[in-house]
Amino acid sequence: MSNGLVLRLWEEWFWPVLAAGIFISFWYFSVKWSGSKVFPSPLDVGAGISELATKGLLWRYVLDSLRRVGEGYVSAIALAIPSGLLLGWYPVAAAVVNPTIQILRPISPIAWIPVSIVLFGVGDMAAVFLIFLASFFPVAVATMNGVRNVPSMYRRAGRNFGLSPSKLIARVVFPAALPQIIVGLRIALGVAWLVVVAAEMIAVDSGLGYLVIDSRNSGKRYDLVVAAMILIGLAGLGLDSAFRRIEKMKSVRWGFRNEF
Amino acid sequence: MRQVEIAGTPISRNDGVVKKKTPKAKLQAHGIRMIFRRDGNTISVLDDVGLEVGEGEFVCLLGPSGCGKSTMLNVIAGFLTPTAGQVLIDGEAVRGPDPRRIFVFQERGVFPWLTVEGNIGFGLFKLPKVERDERIAYYINLVGLPGFEKAYPHELSGGMKQRLEVARALAVNPDMLFLDEPFGALDSITRLIMRGELLRIWEAERKTIIFVTHDIEEAVQLADRVVVMSARPAKIQRTVEIDIPHPRDISSKRYLELRDGIFEQIGLAHKV
Repeated sequence: MSNGLVLRLWEEWFWPVLAAGIFISFWYFSVKWSGSKVFPSPLDVGAGISELATKGLLWRYVLDSLRRVGEGYVSAIALAIPSGLLLGWYPVAAAVVNPTIQILRPISPIAWIPVSIVLFGVGDMAAVFLIFLASFFPVAVATMNGVRNVPSMYRRAGRNFGLSPSKLIARVVFPAALPQIIVGLRIALGVAWLVVVAAEMIAVDSGLGYLVIDSRNSGKRYDLVVAAMILIGLAGLGLDSAFRRIEKMKSVRWGFRNEF
Repeated sequence: MRQVEIAGTPISRNDGVVKKKTPKAKLQAHGIRMIFRRDGNTISVLDDVGLEVGEGEFVCLLGPSGCGKSTMLNVIAGFLTPTAGQVLIDGEAVRGPDPRRIFVFQERGVFPWLTVEGNIGFGLFKLPKVERDERIAYYINLVGLPGFEKAYPHELSGGMKQRLEVARALAVNPDMLFLDEPFGALDSITRLIMRGELLRIWEAERKTIIFVTHDIEEAVQLADRVVVMSARPAKIQRTVEIDIPHPRDISSKRYLELRDGIFEQIGLAHKV
């Protein structure tokens, strides 16, 4: 946008497809010329994906992973946004709670796997809990900072028009902080998608993470391992581009521009 | 010689200047002191400032940057509680911000997440929808923004954003407007146009206006009365009546006399 290089409509598709094509052919010829017996070629992986599709596993696993992410992520948001609003609004509460948050935040959700299994047993809930943990902190912290950074002018204007504190939060503070909250939501979704794959390797017997580990363990089906990896990547891309659409909504776009 | 022409007299501590045209005092501020404590230092920003403003009057608070005139306006608006002194509006002590008196910031005060309509309707949440829509349409016309109802502030120019903020303030039908260097961020041509617009709106709606500026020309073009404040800690140095009817000819002899008088009062040279 800023470097002056503008792609024409056909180029927007052509160059990325070409780049991916070059990558795939590099992969294809590397496998072919090295004579690897273990590593699958793109053709093997394509066959693997269609095998999964005909068995009906492809959609089931993708949807299982998405469902777990959805459950953990939505419940995290439901708790993280109100807590972030409160912590941002009451600096004293933030001063009390923030050190604890800052200690918990850098702990990788993966490190919580044993705790999660102790709490919820081996199963869906353990995986969902990990997604919850992974999503909660980025959203809560982004919301808190977003609220703190709301220009005092907006709060004053809101108070001037006679808004009660709860209305002030709903009609001024929340929308003013929303661009920052959305950044937190997007980061959280990315992390949640990383974590679901790891969680499914341990706690459950469906989903894309399970597909990776199961294909390797039962018969060293590396074509299916790589197929699962590609599906993970595509689904992650889908989630992220859905998010970018939200950022383009006019009521939040002001927060994503340098000038306004 | 020019000094003599200044119509105002220095305000003494206890009695503000009450204008003959507007005998009813809308606002009375007495003995306002404001002391900020920062890093162990105490900074005195306002030192015994008194001010009286009549109903429907247009008063400019004029002073050098950082002198405390914005602080004074924030005290009047109820956003800051003074260290000493009291502000009475309609005989009632100011305890906080009030929708009857709207503060207009520089154009950055409009809400960027709301459309033009949404901004103007912001303070009208107590009205039924039909009435709210009527008011929004009326004020969009008044400030010359028809066709931009659905536009967001980042799609508007600086002058349009400023008019939007004035419209948002007027829509709740306040008795007073407090404007804090509202045109400071605009280019000089837009600023001149906006002054004309503000006077047109003031003549149509007859609100009591307190307008903070550091621009002498702006003050003399707009106000009924210019209150000149000293450097920090601010005191009121002098009050100058601007006895020129609107529209004002900014090359007329009287205008230049008044302007030059204030220039000298503030101690500025006439040559750059």
